[in-house]
Amino acid sequence: MIAIIDYGAGNIFSVKNALDYLGFENKLTSDKDDLIKADALILPGVGAFPEAMKMLGNSGLTDVIKEEGKKKPLLGICLGMQMLFEKGYEFEETDGLGLIGGKVDKIVAPGYIIPHMGWNKLEKLNDCPLMNGLGDNEYVYFVHSFQAYCDDANIAAYCEYPDKVPALVTDGKFVFGAQFHPEKSGNTGLQILKNFGGLIK
Amino acid sequence: MLAKRIIPCLDVRDGKVVKGVNFEGIKEVGDPVACAEEYNKQGADEIVFYDITASFEGRGVFLDVVRETAKKVFVPLTVGGGIKTVDDIRETLRAGADKVSVNSQAVKNPDLIRAGADIFGSQCICVGIDAKKIADHKWTVYINGGRVDMKLDLIDWVHTIEKLGAGEICLNSIDADGTKAGFDIEMLKAVCDNCSIPVIASGGAGKINDFYEVFEKTGATAALAASLFHFKELTVGEVKDYCRNKGVIVR
Repeated sequence: MIAIIDYGAGNIFSVKNALDYLGFENKLTSDKDDLIKADALILPGVGAFPEAMKMLGNSGLTDVIKEEGKKKPLLGICLGMQMLFEKGYEFEETDGLGLIGGKVDKIVAPGYIIPHMGWNKLEKLNDCPLMNGLGDNEYVYFVHSFQAYCDDANIAAYCEYPDKVPALVTDGKFVFGAQFHPEKSGNTGLQILKNFGGLIK
Repeated sequence: MLAKRIIPCLDVRDGKVVKGVNFEGIKEVGDPVACAEEYNKQGADEIVFYDITASFEGRGVFLDVVRETAKKVFVPLTVGGGIKTVDDIRETLRAGADKVSVNSQAVKNPDLIRAGADIFGSQCICVGIDAKKIADHKWTVYINGGRVDMKLDLIDWVHTIEKLGAGEICLNSIDADGTKAGFDIEMLKAVCDNCSIPVIASGGAGKINDFYEVFEKTGATAALAASLFHFKELTVGEVKDYCRNKGVIVR
């Protein structure tokens, strides 16, 4: 079972719809025991970093996610991806989950529309099991104003806007983060979710 | 870099796709969920549902259509028509829409844009505009499906909605709509040059080169069409292949 962590942020139903469509057993939950029992975790999120970390803390799930993320596949989506990092700088400095080294700060793109919203191309940087079966010309759907700043070693794929914006990140073990919305990225996004589900032992 | 988007639009009444010509002579053309699935297969970058239902019962049926589509189609869904309040926006997003499009009601009550953007984020508030030329390089905004002239200058309105927090503009030319003579390049250029949010071109698409032309000559980031795709004169895939071969970045 894939637990979709429901801590009050974002449109979690589209993630559920995509997993249902792919035939993966899943559950929207904010119950600690479900997260411990689950075979994999998805951390969604739309909104602001400090508020989302606060809501996660209020749900009493922060420590469980940090712990379970070392044992089973965890995928953060959009703000959920950003929360995987050590620090966020949206409005104020906020501690993230610290599962991947690096920080989250504003996208710097003078002359470009912010938010970075729309379909952008994935540029592969490092091998990643979530990209199995993808070609060289894959577009995914982004909506965000902040981005991760981290080591290249943690970036599986980025996009250009116009500088490098980390798109798919990983700790190289169980933790993955998608800055884009795989649940809104057509067949490419479904393939990425299918690959994630395929990591379940 | 961001890809230019091709967006098919589905007008829905009482749970069925309908298509009118110049806002009149409406006829039924099919099941909206099936149409959305077909567009998804063709490579649509986003799908717009427009509710032209007048009744309360019809609204429920319409939101069921959105809900069912969201279970089968995994690209962004934009939903417009009949959205009057923040609660309407919330209900529509909960049904599975990623963005809402507000038009007449935004003109009557501009605060709806600000409130919607504050609560749900600018990225999900698209403002639809129907505009008509009144003089050289001058257009006014119409409401109620292009029937009522609000005597509101188009460019002033664009500045207003951008300040209020609109995330996107869907600009429909009443002069071009239904003519199949191409998008209203002059009006689109005027709007794109006067705002820094994405603009979707709407109204007038009749042949494949019209899409290339609008991307080549204006700053529009997306092009929308309804009847052209409904009546299978062109597929979304054909339009994208054509634009790609001409050097436009598309998905």
